[in-house]
Amino acid sequence: MALLQISEPGQSTAPHQHRLAVGIDLGTTNSLVATVRNGVSVVLNDAHGHGLLPSVVRYLKEGSTSVGHAAQAQASEDPHNTILSAKRFMGRGIKDIPDLSTLPYKFVDEPGMVRIRTVAGVKSPVEISSEILKVLKARAEASLGGELVGAVITVPAYFDDAQRQATKDAARLAGLNVLRLLNEPTAAAIAYGLDNAAEGIYAVYDLGGGTFDISILKLTRGVFEVLATNGDSALGGDDFDRRIYCWVLEQAKVHTLSDRDKTLLMARAREAKETLSEHASARITVVLSTGEVVDLSLAEDAFNEMTASLVNKTLLPMRRALRDAGLTAEEVKGVVMVGGSTRIPRIQAAVGEFFGEGGKCTPLTNLDPDKVVSLGAAIQANVLAGNKGGDDWLLLDVVPLSLGLETMGGLTEKIIPRNATIPTARAQEFTTYKDGQTAMSIHVVQGERELVADCRSLARFELRGIPPMVAGAARIRVTFQVDADGLLSVSARELGTGVESHIAVKPSYGLGDDEVARMLRDSYAHAQDDMAARNLAEAKVDGRRLVDASEAALKENGAALLDEAERGQVEKLLASLRLALDGDDLVAVKRATEALNQGTVEFAARRMDLSVKKALTGQRLDALEL
Amino acid sequence: MLDFSRNHFELFGLPASYTLDSERLDRAYRNLQAEIHPDKFAHAGEAEQRLAMQWATRVNEAYQTLRRPFERADYLLQLRGIHAMDAKNTSMPMDFLVQQMEWREQLEDAKTTRDVAVLERLEKNLRGEARDYQARLAEEIDLRRNDSLAAETLRKLRFTDKLLAEVGAAYEDME
Repeated sequence: MALLQISEPGQSTAPHQHRLAVGIDLGTTNSLVATVRNGVSVVLNDAHGHGLLPSVVRYLKEGSTSVGHAAQAQASEDPHNTILSAKRFMGRGIKDIPDLSTLPYKFVDEPGMVRIRTVAGVKSPVEISSEILKVLKARAEASLGGELVGAVITVPAYFDDAQRQATKDAARLAGLNVLRLLNEPTAAAIAYGLDNAAEGIYAVYDLGGGTFDISILKLTRGVFEVLATNGDSALGGDDFDRRIYCWVLEQAKVHTLSDRDKTLLMARAREAKETLSEHASARITVVLSTGEVVDLSLAEDAFNEMTASLVNKTLLPMRRALRDAGLTAEEVKGVVMVGGSTRIPRIQAAVGEFFGEGGKCTPLTNLDPDKVVSLGAAIQANVLAGNKGGDDWLLLDVVPLSLGLETMGGLTEKIIPRNATIPTARAQEFTTYKDGQTAMSIHVVQGERELVADCRSLARFELRGIPPMVAGAARIRVTFQVDADGLLSVSARELGTGVESHIAVKPSYGLGDDEVARMLRDSYAHAQDDMAARNLAEAKVDGRRLVDASEAALKENGAALLDEAERGQVEKLLASLRLALDGDDLVAVKRATEALNQGTVEFAARRMDLSVKKALTGQRLDALEL
Repeated sequence: MLDFSRNHFELFGLPASYTLDSERLDRAYRNLQAEIHPDKFAHAGEAEQRLAMQWATRVNEAYQTLRRPFERADYLLQLRGIHAMDAKNTSMPMDFLVQQMEWREQLEDAKTTRDVAVLERLEKNLRGEARDYQARLAEEIDLRRNDSLAAETLRKLRFTDKLLAEVGAAYEDME
């Protein structure tokens, strides 16, 4: 079937100017980086030919780190300083971590996000994740032979705002320009759908190391529309490992384990799980620090039995997602299986049973479940970077969890419902509770429950300067805006006086900007890098991008949309930015960039109007054809 | 700048009526998003990026309003100057209220006894009821152009939709 013809506004890249962009799957257990090369999405390997980078970071005494296979191999020797599955702690407080007793880390309880004390100091999950991202960035730059324009980083679809913000902070800390945060099941759907020219309703079942997502998508002529998403951001392969771990403790009648033994036994448990995907039984042999030898055999049936409740836990979100999409299981044409944990035979069987009572819907496993997310992310990165080709498709994603505010009595008032297509904005009016009230405290929460206490607190801020009036007379309009990354910003405005207050939701669970800045300074001080040079380089990248975009826009419809004087003005601003880019004056570059940004606002608006007109005309032609 | 003078129907090039060619709406929505979605401007200048987000937000809002029967009818009546959901329009016919109370009792019973069969039966009745109201809206808005009658039907549909949402929540609590 012919795809609709969609021209790309602002397209400026000549074919030979391929911009280097990557997709990164920052996983709980493993991470990957992929890119589009000669039109094909490929995973980039390290020097040893490994695609998967274990998401393991070891902090060493002298301040250096080791990441990946080497760190993993040392995990049981250095359990306090070798952090596995840091993704599970992103944007999470200590009370959110359910299995503290099986983890060997020295947690530090801090407001917002938990920290871990290591030999190299107290580290936040954001810093730990950024170490993994730095390695992948270096791998990509070495492999592609140049600096990256940017990266698409994937996150579980069911990640809330705090977890998304933490991920974006980690990328910034690693020096990556984030083109987009992309939901993992959506990334998989892109890779799968474009590969198979799929049409119709598809589900993506994504069970990773620490997170579970289910997304229902409608694929129509190159449009990937997410209808509903659901999941459990604290359920994954790690939980299956832990069931085996507990079973071993019980069988071997061991009660207390050293931290070394905990790490070792968890590793053995994982190996046993992997063995059981291929064999009917697995042997678990561990020599504990006490000299005691544990030697057990685990049969597949016993494993299935001890993990049955975990498999069932994934069925509930599936039912909810289908209900939200207004669909039945029979209407789903195929289920794409994603994440290493979907190799477990019992999971494939359960998913097959759930969707295909008539047996027509078998799980699709023809793409490597470990790689498919990064491959899809790379395809999206290639388009967002502005490379030609493969841009005739569109992605429409949703917000996974409802966003709302606290009202009187600790109740949640939902402003943006879950599964609203992003970007989205919604406004609601509130009023004062007391006579003469001049300030209003706004508490932003995310979740489905009625009580604020059962939802996640995202941020609190205050709107001050409300003129004193009788209770109920002031009208305060609160606007929630969710951008294409799924990130929220909130503004409040008193309608009588126009007193305004605005925040990007960050403070209570993400890191403050100042904190990220401090971490950046620390990391550069350590790497003997020069912060000022870095700032200049970043400003120049921004400036050059704007020059490219403006030149392309002028070429495309400068003559049609601007009169001579207007065009001359834009040309003049362009020339001064080009001049500034030739120099090394940070302030001059920033000032000229800003001036060109300001000077092209009207031009941009006219170009948008033209795009809208084009879409409507296209739609009429399209309607005539049918 | 953003052209807010165009209403949701005009935005998609559709006639302003309750009865709507949903395939045409879907197609127009996808065509518009294909032109103005922020992903198409990720490498453009700041001004265009901001406009793309505003436009995509606006197009999403319009689409969500038009594709849902209740929202579409409410919006259409508002275009005609009728605010059916104003707080002062609260009086409902007695027989309607009695029926609502019966259904609420059924819902509460199903919740306490955790009886999925009762819930399913209730859901089926409510869906039938919603379909009836939707058919009536089509007639009252498009054919008879009786806005005050349509406003009452819309308020009834609101009750039914709310109950349906509560049925959905009850399913989730039982799982």
